[in-house]
Amino acid sequence: MIFSELADWLTDPANWTGDGGLLQRVAEHLRYTVIAVLGAAVVAVPLGLAVGHSGRGGTVVVGLANAMRALPTLGVITLLSLQLGILRVGPVLLGLGILAVPPILAGSYAGVQSVDRAVVDAAAGVGMTSWQRLWRVEVPIAMPLLLGGLRGAVLQVVATGTVAAYVGLGGLGRPLLDGLRVTDYPRVAGAAVVVAVLAVLLDLVLAAVQRQIVPRGLRLASRTVSGVA
Amino acid sequence: MIHDLVKYLSNPRNQDAVVHLLLVHIRLALVPLLIGLLAALPIGWAAQRYRRVRALVLGASNVLYTVPSLALFVILPSIIGTRILDELNVVVALALYTAALLVRPVVDALDALPAHVLAAATAVGYRPVRRFLTVELPLAVPVLAAGVRVASVSNISLVSVGALIGVGGLGQLFTEGFQNAYNPPIVVGIALTLALALVVDLLLVAGRSLLTPWQGQRAGRRRLVGAA
Amino acid sequence: MTRTWTRLLSALATGALAVGLTACGSSNPLTPAGTTAGGADNTIVVGSADFTENVLLAEIYAGALRGAGAKVTVKPRVGTREALVKGLQDKSLGVVPEYSGNLLAYLDKSATQTTPDEVYTALKAKVPSGLTVLQQSQAEDSDVLVVTQQTATQNNLATVEDLGPKCGDYVFGAAGEWKQRWEAKIKQLYGCTFKEIRTTDAGGPVTVEALKGGQVQVANLFTTASAIKANGFVQLKDTKRMYPAQNVVPFGRTDALGEAAAAALNKVSAALTTDKLTALVARVEVDKENAADVAADFLRDSGIPS
Repeated sequence: MIFSELADWLTDPANWTGDGGLLQRVAEHLRYTVIAVLGAAVVAVPLGLAVGHSGRGGTVVVGLANAMRALPTLGVITLLSLQLGILRVGPVLLGLGILAVPPILAGSYAGVQSVDRAVVDAAAGVGMTSWQRLWRVEVPIAMPLLLGGLRGAVLQVVATGTVAAYVGLGGLGRPLLDGLRVTDYPRVAGAAVVVAVLAVLLDLVLAAVQRQIVPRGLRLASRTVSGVA
Repeated sequence: MIHDLVKYLSNPRNQDAVVHLLLVHIRLALVPLLIGLLAALPIGWAAQRYRRVRALVLGASNVLYTVPSLALFVILPSIIGTRILDELNVVVALALYTAALLVRPVVDALDALPAHVLAAATAVGYRPVRRFLTVELPLAVPVLAAGVRVASVSNISLVSVGALIGVGGLGQLFTEGFQNAYNPPIVVGIALTLALALVVDLLLVAGRSLLTPWQGQRAGRRRLVGAA
Repeated sequence: MTRTWTRLLSALATGALAVGLTACGSSNPLTPAGTTAGGADNTIVVGSADFTENVLLAEIYAGALRGAGAKVTVKPRVGTREALVKGLQDKSLGVVPEYSGNLLAYLDKSATQTTPDEVYTALKAKVPSGLTVLQQSQAEDSDVLVVTQQTATQNNLATVEDLGPKCGDYVFGAAGEWKQRWEAKIKQLYGCTFKEIRTTDAGGPVTVEALKGGQVQVANLFTTASAIKANGFVQLKDTKRMYPAQNVVPFGRTDALGEAAAAALNKVSAALTTDKLTALVARVEVDKENAADVAADFLRDSGIPS
């Protein structure tokens, strides 16, 4: 019974177009996701690569990433909203960014760590500088795990981004929470389905990017860590 | 800010409320962890053995994990017939997430088992079930433990979201604090969530060491939680 | 391998024991909450909606019920009226603090009564079987449309009638359920169609911030909210009585509220006035006092045992 109501709600164009329609919400949700993940990547990828490459500070970084995973996003966003101003998008972006850092950091670090020491040795033996070793050898080999971490981050941020609506912002959390308030379950389920589909689509896009970037030889050799990491 | 925090924490009613919410939170996070693990074992075993099942199961678990937890909490009553305020909604939803999360580590762990060990066990006369329980599972513990650690942190964080439907353990501190524009409950909630995650993680690491006496400390030390 | 088995079993047993201990003293997660019917020695579950005043009222009810000898659990911030009514119907909740006019409008969409007595009489007739409303209080907390002082002066706004024709210029902020409940009625009564209706929250910080910051020009707050006075907001008079009388009234299950319980809640209703309620709400919203503390003070000052 609920599935037919859900299908009706999803196929009704009135729910998609116009002010507050699903298209607008998807655009908002996408915006939050992209900015949060990119921001997190800007911080986490260099950090993960640096620590993995130098081999020092690993325990600290690992501990930090794990601790960040435990931060409850709803708590972080409500606290930041009260501190930095309600209805400002900063708190949400920061909160989602914090969520995205651990998987990306873990992926970058694990990626560099996974490079066979013998290969690094060989690179050094051939005369590559530390910088060259990093960019020409370690990073390409690290790509699968790094991108896997990115994909995991995108997944988490898309699913959790619904929280933004609680502090008054937009995104797909808006129809979710509003539908919840009036127990309009088709709306709630519909919003959930759109979130899931959005996540899957983004993951497919990143998978395609991964296929382009990762050298063929590596693709055959390594197994990617996708999904949740 | 510190002054507010002290004022908030020194009120015995607040203390009682916080402790009560903490206990609810522990229950809501850990019971699904156990259920999800127990469910993931047979499913993962089937997925590792049969290729079609593997594709189906891994795909399904990926998709399940993308469903926003809030939506799942809300839809479940209509599907499983519980009442709207039942904690069971959160428990079932989180058990589903945990199972979805843990299926892949189970498959990975079983994949990584050295074939000669399994062959030896079969040669000595172990039947499949006994081999699974007494040889494959114990060897799978390290990889499983990593997955369970990730799932436990994830659950502890997701339980807070339940506050948006009136069930939520420490999450209720966030909604209450926000509604009253008052920081202390939120700060206390975040701190306790972190502390809980840390304690549970330490217990899981201790549990893993207990179950794998043949593995030295060195093997697990710098392993990242979640990296396979 | 029996040693590993023993270790595994003992680890699991310890874990189960730990989790089990947390269940002591709190409800078992696997049995539904509040199954026991109310009455003298069973637990009454008091629920509330997700705004501060309602949480406070729930604590006041809870205190009075304890004073009457009942065991009470409070479930704050359950959600909106829909969730609360569902909770009452599936026996998760025993009683909730409600507002006569809005409850009547929810139970009977075509209701037209506006004065306190008319609304109450109509309400009593519309309550579903198994549920009941006790005596209502003279304390009222109504929805109200507010604007900033600046908007009011610049556009000569004192009543909703003044607002009506100008609505098309304004963005309106309210809780998610407002649109469904009132959009048609405000158009019918005042000819008002807002440029946009934006979801903020139920008279909470998001709505206040949106109004202050100008993201919305008109907002829906509650008459007892401390934010109105604190920010100098102007309340627009509802001359045509779109919002009916909103007297505070206990709404609950007949099997949950025995005689002693009902008597205690009626005492609360008798003692509560709009001014007192506003002052109590301010103590929680502005002074950040614990709602249960404030409730206890009120009960003590009114001579109601708790």
